[in-house]
Amino acid sequence: MKAICFYFQIHQPFRLKTYRFFDIGNDHYYYDDFANDDIITRIAHRSYLPANEMLKEMIAQYGKKFKVAFSISGTALEQLEQYVPEFIDSMKELTATGCVEFLSETYAHSLASLQDPEEFVAQVKAHDEKIYQLFGQKPKVFRNTELIYDDDIAAMVLSMGFKGAITDGAKHILGWKSPNYVYNSAAAPKLKLLLKNSKLSDDISFRFSNTEWANYPLRADTYINWIAQLPEEEQIVNLFMNYDTFGELQPRESGIFEFMKALPRFAAEHDIQFMTPSEVISKLKPVAELSVLHPISWTDEARDTSAWLGNTLQNEAVEKLYSIGERVRLCQDKRIKQDWNYLQASDHFFYMCTKHSSDGSVHSHYSPYDSPYAAFTNYMNVLSDFMTRVEAQYPSDIDNEELNSLLLTIRNQEHEIEELNREVEMMRNNIVKDTTGDFAPEEPALPLPEPKSEKKPEKKPEPKKKTAKPAPKKKTKTTKETTKKEK
Amino acid sequence: MKALMFGWEFPPHILGGLGTASYGLTKGMAENGDMDITFVIPKPWGDESKDFARIIGANSTPVAWRDVNWDYVQARIGNVMDPQLYYNLRDHIYGDFNYMNTNDLGCIEFSGRYPDNLIEEINNYSIVAGVIARTLDFDIIHSHDWLTYPAGIHAKQVTGKPLVIHVHATDFDRSRGNVNPTVFSIEKDGMTHADHIITVSNLTRRTVIEKYGIDPAKVTTVHNAVEPLSEELLNVTVPPKHDKVVTFLGRITMQKGPEYFVEAAAQVLHKVKNVQFVMAGGGDMMEKMIRLAARRKIADRFHFTGFLRGKQVYEMLKASDVYIMPSVSEPFGISPLEAMQMGVPSIISKQSGCAEILENVIKVDYWDTNAIADAIYSIINYPAMYNQLREQGLAEVDQIRWNKAGAKVIDIYRSLMK
Repeated sequence: MKAICFYFQIHQPFRLKTYRFFDIGNDHYYYDDFANDDIITRIAHRSYLPANEMLKEMIAQYGKKFKVAFSISGTALEQLEQYVPEFIDSMKELTATGCVEFLSETYAHSLASLQDPEEFVAQVKAHDEKIYQLFGQKPKVFRNTELIYDDDIAAMVLSMGFKGAITDGAKHILGWKSPNYVYNSAAAPKLKLLLKNSKLSDDISFRFSNTEWANYPLRADTYINWIAQLPEEEQIVNLFMNYDTFGELQPRESGIFEFMKALPRFAAEHDIQFMTPSEVISKLKPVAELSVLHPISWTDEARDTSAWLGNTLQNEAVEKLYSIGERVRLCQDKRIKQDWNYLQASDHFFYMCTKHSSDGSVHSHYSPYDSPYAAFTNYMNVLSDFMTRVEAQYPSDIDNEELNSLLLTIRNQEHEIEELNREVEMMRNNIVKDTTGDFAPEEPALPLPEPKSEKKPEKKPEPKKKTAKPAPKKKTKTTKETTKKEK
Repeated sequence: MKALMFGWEFPPHILGGLGTASYGLTKGMAENGDMDITFVIPKPWGDESKDFARIIGANSTPVAWRDVNWDYVQARIGNVMDPQLYYNLRDHIYGDFNYMNTNDLGCIEFSGRYPDNLIEEINNYSIVAGVIARTLDFDIIHSHDWLTYPAGIHAKQVTGKPLVIHVHATDFDRSRGNVNPTVFSIEKDGMTHADHIITVSNLTRRTVIEKYGIDPAKVTTVHNAVEPLSEELLNVTVPPKHDKVVTFLGRITMQKGPEYFVEAAAQVLHKVKNVQFVMAGGGDMMEKMIRLAARRKIADRFHFTGFLRGKQVYEMLKASDVYIMPSVSEPFGISPLEAMQMGVPSIISKQSGCAEILENVIKVDYWDTNAIADAIYSIINYPAMYNQLREQGLAEVDQIRWNKAGAKVIDIYRSLMK
């Protein structure tokens, strides 16, 4: 018996507006709202929404037999919430059918897994929380940005409690092996791996409407036949693609929706099931270990990370960005946190790619910039401004440890103040009780209007507290001042 | 294959890009082998390279019979021409040009520059071409730029051999649209008579097709290239400097868009102080630019060097961190390629022909001074940007070779000779 595992990626970055160097230090808003709104709305209406309708229809028709998985980046969710809220509703309805699984990933669709392990963990948590908050699911299977994966990432993913991860069935990793099995990681043997079947996935997402293709027009029965004819032992076919395959990469007129709708019927004829990644991982046993020393991804011919980290520009931008990671995590400022997320989107680095040939054209197709150099200039201008803002919060001449301890004292003192305040409050309540209450033995005879405003002298324990209260405040102020002075 | 080429400049005595391009192309064609090229120029100096082309001077070609002996000829023009060739040419004088201003050898004098009586000189050049065409044996005629079109036409009419004209620039580029009718008619005449037209960029090709009304089928683009620089030039030394240097290098004329450079400089200096701007070259807009820089209050950081020649050019480039060419209309523009060879990141206007083939440069609209300023800022502030442009630029320009351009030209010759 065989199974098909569908997984769709939805991601949109917050594209940057043209940000000239004159703006550095003057303008702290970086995003091209018009383009972001325009693009997400267009794609949602042409692809995401109709595709959701398609899935709903299929699930309604075939019951629980048809299942899919989604991975939606945090930035895409934010844009969808803001510009196309109806999609979130539609997704919730789809989730309610119980045939949809959400996968875990980094919130910002970032390269943190390669650059900054701490940030990576934080982003995965943030993303999973967002998914839980919106759709009430806790993701169990992890898929990294653009299926970036290597042994180090495997270890991190396992330590975060995931049982499985998704990556690409890159030829240079698999060699003669087939992607149609479950594998496990050599570095973290408990982590199971699902590998993308590139040929069958790309038949749908890239070649479907290509009239030059030998198999054009592709029909659902032919396609299912291909899967049915795979060797008996090959049990799982992982079809991973961008969700905008439906309606955007493959236009509606190409018949892509009808093709999809027909799949379950022919699959049933050949006794092929549909499974979600977590089902696959719980039901199938790994056949072998895979060791991946150098990171792979599902992008470009090389299937490596050169699409984002392939030239000097990209490396410089990424390095500069993550050099301030620790600082940003110390910040409490919400705007800074938000910008930090948005600036990490891998897309910004994708636009800086200087590759030529067929890969290059994919890069320039998605890029809002004329050239990789323009992409770099614009990004670096924004990053410079962002870094000065972080710097303004925490000057870089204080090293992180010192800063950390200072922040800790401040926070502890805040805590202390709060506690003391609470105590004061309690005491005050007691006093109020005392003054109004019964056990005032000696002094009720004293003039009343004054003591109400100045009760300090009346009771012994209180004045101490009251003097105790302003003291730490002053202290915190002075510590804050000293940190500022140290600039 | 034997080609007769008419040109106006030939290194080392050059006044602009035309000489460099003619030289490079000729050499590149020779590298493809099986080419016998005769290159006619108005006034050779004797120190031109003769390795890959025979040089004939128009000023040593007789148009009127003079009875002179071998020794006299040898003494007069032996440094530029074999006396035997002089006699061969003398045998082919086709009319009585004694009424013209000829010298003791029966030759017409040429300045070889761009004098005020340029039109007269062009006409004389064409008279001389008649003698040369009747004397030599060749398969094809190739005229470089409008100055030599009449000569090419003349040679074609005399011999019936196919004529290729090479458009290095048109008057539309030089004048921002205000064309000189005389020049236009010479250009148009050349294009009409040509069997094939080679343009240095698609930009120029469009001009030829649209403005001169030429059939697109007979216009082909062959992009210019560069000669690898000598070790000596690559290793010129310059004094160490503290500030970043941004350089504009070229004639300071309307065509080159110098005012956009000044405006961008003013914007950059508004934000960063440790930058110097250099406008190297001379031209009719220089004084205006000096006034503009003063008006923008950046004269302390904006320098004019005047015309640079030979090695000075490379010293200037070596000292630069950014090279900029904001040309309003540039048929090709070979100088950014030279800057790249010297490892200087370049900013060029999208309105330049070389923008069609260069990847590792920053391309901007010449009028978009914001974008120019931003690009300058980016290169001087972000080391990765500088390094990527520098290294990739070097690698890229290394691949732009004249022999490839030469091969394309030879292909065109072949198609015409069938």
